[in-house]
Amino acid sequence: MAILIDANTRLITQGITGKAGLFHSQKCRDYGTNVVGGVTPKKGGTTVDGFPVFNSVAEARKETGANATMIFVPAPYAANAILEAADAGIELIVAITEGIPVVDMLKVHHALKSKSSILIGPNCPGVTTAGVCKIGIAPGPIHKPGKIGIVSRSGTLTYEAVHQTSQLGLGQTTAVGIGGDPVHGLSHVDVIRMLNDDPETEGIVLIGEIGGSDEEIAAAYIKEHVKKPVVGFIAGASAPKGKRMGHAGAIVDGNAGTAQSKKDALRAAGVTVAETAAEIGRKMAEAMKR
Amino acid sequence: MKLHEYQGKALLRKAGLPVPRGEVIFTAGEASKTLQTLGLEKGVAKAQAFTGGRGKAGGIKLFNNATEAEQVSSKLIGMTLVTHQTGPSGVKIEAVLLEEQSKITRELYFAVTLDRAKANIVFILSPDGGMDIEEIADKTPEKILKLYPEWGKGPDDALLKQAASFLGLNAGQATQFGDVARKLYDLYVSKDCSLLEINPLAVNDAGNLILLDCKVTIDENALFRQTDTGGDPDAEKDPGEIEAAKYGLSYIKLDGNIGCMVNGAGLAMATMDIIAHYGAQPANFLDVGGSATEEAVTKAFEIISSDKNVKTILVNIFGGIMHCDIIARGIINAVKNTGLKVPLVVRLEGTHVEEGKALVNASGLDIISADDLEDAARKAAKTVETAKV
Repeated sequence: MAILIDANTRLITQGITGKAGLFHSQKCRDYGTNVVGGVTPKKGGTTVDGFPVFNSVAEARKETGANATMIFVPAPYAANAILEAADAGIELIVAITEGIPVVDMLKVHHALKSKSSILIGPNCPGVTTAGVCKIGIAPGPIHKPGKIGIVSRSGTLTYEAVHQTSQLGLGQTTAVGIGGDPVHGLSHVDVIRMLNDDPETEGIVLIGEIGGSDEEIAAAYIKEHVKKPVVGFIAGASAPKGKRMGHAGAIVDGNAGTAQSKKDALRAAGVTVAETAAEIGRKMAEAMKR
Repeated sequence: MKLHEYQGKALLRKAGLPVPRGEVIFTAGEASKTLQTLGLEKGVAKAQAFTGGRGKAGGIKLFNNATEAEQVSSKLIGMTLVTHQTGPSGVKIEAVLLEEQSKITRELYFAVTLDRAKANIVFILSPDGGMDIEEIADKTPEKILKLYPEWGKGPDDALLKQAASFLGLNAGQATQFGDVARKLYDLYVSKDCSLLEINPLAVNDAGNLILLDCKVTIDENALFRQTDTGGDPDAEKDPGEIEAAKYGLSYIKLDGNIGCMVNGAGLAMATMDIIAHYGAQPANFLDVGGSATEEAVTKAFEIISSDKNVKTILVNIFGGIMHCDIIARGIINAVKNTGLKVPLVVRLEGTHVEEGKALVNASGLDIISADDLEDAARKAAKTVETAKV
């Protein structure tokens, strides 16, 4: 089962002839993902390392039956790449690109309302269903098939949670990096809902950070609907106010979006809050025993 | 990227919005000629700084003639302005806006910004302008109204009517407000703003709306296409931050004594947090990013080492796209170039971790290896503790 991606996923890469696009297409293929081709305008008809290249997403979809795409297109053009994939009817769009202007993402967000596509990211590491399918840039070998679902705004903290749950023998169903931008596709609550409905997922790790109110919204949902054990971690308690901490969305504005308010909301929803990123796995293992 | 008041007002003026006549000067000697060009005799001199509370701190002065304008400008330019927002070190004033003084009867608040949860542009309004919006939100939250113009269309008549009534505007002012609101919405989108705050949006003695002060922030992701706003992306950065940016590093200087080098913004924050958890304080945020070269890693190490407060360096890498061996080589280079004056704790995990660890071990350098994040933070905190004793 797992969520979002599985053995039936047929992936294309937008920006496959770029260095990062090709490298990660190869890594995804090595992991077992069915990478059926890629898109780079004006390079259609060629192949790179065995991947057929198409001029447009519509053409790639028609020729390969692709149902998912990962986007490595540079930031100024990435929003249009997302819209092109949605117009072509691609079910799952994973935008890895960092640095897309917020106004472009607002445009994307409102355009996607009338489409059936699901967007993950941008500025995210992607999605991995352990042992089956990987879309994005996460290191494959740290994943072990198992029972924990992970949702995170941060790439490297996703790896940290994956690594720890693998080491403790819990393993993962699907790990989803939703990205660090203020306007993005799937949010914490969307992924939590999917993981809650997934029978293979027995426990959930939620990783958030300062800025916005995604975690508070997820906490409200967890309180109402989630019976599975949930461990939460929020990064940025020691970050100064008003400073953007690397991620475009990681900023405490006035008194809103603090680590404390997020931790309080999660605790109030019955979530076990890990005080440091080092104890995410341990807390999950403890919560599973209860 | 924040714009100074004079830069923001230039954008507003260009968009056809009513702002007071005014012009910026960078030396007091320009005052007289500038007033002549503006056709102004008396007016107000406003220190240009990224802070609120300028008036109370002595950063806004009235003048009655050109001689007085020159006098107050010469006092303001070069002064260090300390407000409740700047902290004790204050900010240095490099420019003064000379402006006509508006006689006003009311002060309103109007901001256009992003509502992240709704993924929409929001108008924030209050009939009680002139003070911080946080203060209004604290004391009289009922005096704040949030309205959401439809994306792609901007404010419609119903929204504008509701806003005008909330602000207590008469019919003529309501019409002016509609024009202001539509233009600000368009400006927000076309200039990739992340904040357009007009405070106060004033009613002058003739009963007309005038945009008296503004805070404008431009989305840094959009700077590739917003090249004519007049803003300086490096204006608020410390020299280390500017240097780091050249190498694709995201660095923010903090006040603690454990220097950190981490990959990924989330893990970098979490590393700062865990250092604080074990009773020490981080000296910086530093994300080397996913595709840093050996050279960038060396640079990162040098920037951290150059901070005199740093008593220990903690390297925490979870290799994904970033390979541990690249990090290891960068560190070894840096140490060979600049020497190692403080304890260095290194935790490597993920892609090419074995190669990375082997390089560190073979280097013969005095590096404290850590098994995981917890071990690394404990060891780093301990070195600082020992140093105290």
